[in-house]
Amino acid sequence: MLARETSPLKQTPLHALHLARGAKMVPFAGYDMPVQYTAGVLKEHLHTRGNAGLFDVSHMGQLVLKAKSGNVADAALALEKLVPQDIVGIAPGRQRYAQFTNDDGGLLDDLMVANFGDHLFLVVNAACKAEDEAHLRAHLSDACEIVSLADRALIALQGPKAESALAKLCADVSAMKFMDAGPRRVADIDCFVSRSGYTGEDGFEISVPADKAETLVTALLDNPDVLPIGLGARDSLRLEAGLCLYGHDIDTTTTPIEGALEWSVQKVRRSGGARAGGFPGADKILAQFAQGASRRRVGLKPDGRAPVREGAALFADPTSTEQIGKVTSGGFGPSLNAPVAMGYLPISLSALDTTVFAEVRGQRLPLKVAATPFVPNTYKR
Amino acid sequence: MTTLYTSDHEWLRIEGDVATIGITDYAQSQLGDVVFVELPKVGRSLKKAEAAAVVESVKAASDVYAPITGEVIEVNEELAAEPALVNSDAGGKAWFFKLKIADNSELGGLMDEAAYAAHTA
Repeated sequence: MLARETSPLKQTPLHALHLARGAKMVPFAGYDMPVQYTAGVLKEHLHTRGNAGLFDVSHMGQLVLKAKSGNVADAALALEKLVPQDIVGIAPGRQRYAQFTNDDGGLLDDLMVANFGDHLFLVVNAACKAEDEAHLRAHLSDACEIVSLADRALIALQGPKAESALAKLCADVSAMKFMDAGPRRVADIDCFVSRSGYTGEDGFEISVPADKAETLVTALLDNPDVLPIGLGARDSLRLEAGLCLYGHDIDTTTTPIEGALEWSVQKVRRSGGARAGGFPGADKILAQFAQGASRRRVGLKPDGRAPVREGAALFADPTSTEQIGKVTSGGFGPSLNAPVAMGYLPISLSALDTTVFAEVRGQRLPLKVAATPFVPNTYKR
Repeated sequence: MTTLYTSDHEWLRIEGDVATIGITDYAQSQLGDVVFVELPKVGRSLKKAEAAAVVESVKAASDVYAPITGEVIEVNEELAAEPALVNSDAGGKAWFFKLKIADNSELGGLMDEAAYAAHTA
């Protein structure tokens, strides 16, 4: 019999603070992470929508991509070999959502790319960060230095009171617009701040040196509008916002078009654009732009109160035996007080208001194809 | 009236040949916010250890098992309409269903309050 591998869970710089705040901890992407605090997922979710929620996302990967030439445009051009996004066009002080693609047009990871003036700053998913770094080194080492910022924590402050809370520690964040990004001094600590997040709310992500993380977080939590929020509510918030969770809603088998992420591929990289193609899987992805894909990620609203969760098989009618798709994320949306889900359907069944059926505990429950986000986003554009 | 417990965190209140069944306060505290409850149909015959009801919290679905064999004679419609009762009053208003007890000898395998307290300690 094989011994089960029991590698110890890693801890973020905020681990002790989570425990002191009464967090329930769970293993996530190799880290011991807070899934909820004492208030519970429902209250934490609603607090974020109404006030401000503070999330520890230090498990995510932070990388610097710096051109050996010293010119950030060369780093941007190099990165365009690995992603279908317009990286050259990211202005200094701005950030953009991107995806690493594979040769089949599938997605290796999704990431944020910021132009910090003389280099690019990347944030990637925790579960993919080692592979992402290796991928960057394998393909871009000739032109770029790749530095993993393992000594930094990352926190997200999300919700309608995020701006007022953060402005107390750094006045000029109020002037930032959605997807502005760059170095800022917050509570006398040198940080990188972006006006972004993954909850559908206005808010900020703050990269902070690991040894200053607890100081910064304590300063933010001194504000009664701000509560620490666990991964449980982070998941329900991003689901209500219709945002993809890598490894669930998108993965190596889904293209940007199938994943309904066309908006993230700028025209300059599409057929006819000045820098069309040139990324892994370009043939397939550009062909799908022209001809469409056979399936698509859609929002799904179950008719009843029963949550329809990830993995549920989808059918065209209550009796058919042929599975047509599956739910990739699903649960209860506390802001909507109703279940919500996302999943893949054949194009012919992906139009808004189409009714399909999910198999849940042997029953076929009806769901309607619905527009996302389920809860309107409140980004400050 | 006697209250008994299972190792799966259901409670049973025995009154004559009827058992009223719910989940314990310990169970609801582990589940977190309950958002949906699926109850068995009245008239259904349940075997001991059979999945009888489902409790969905924000994060996960959990089965509630029939602690004993019997026929479902009543379900708590109020609970179906207000699942959060499980969090606020697990041992009281949030009962799930009532079973007509088929075999009294099955009750012997269940825990009393002291044994359940030790089980969850």
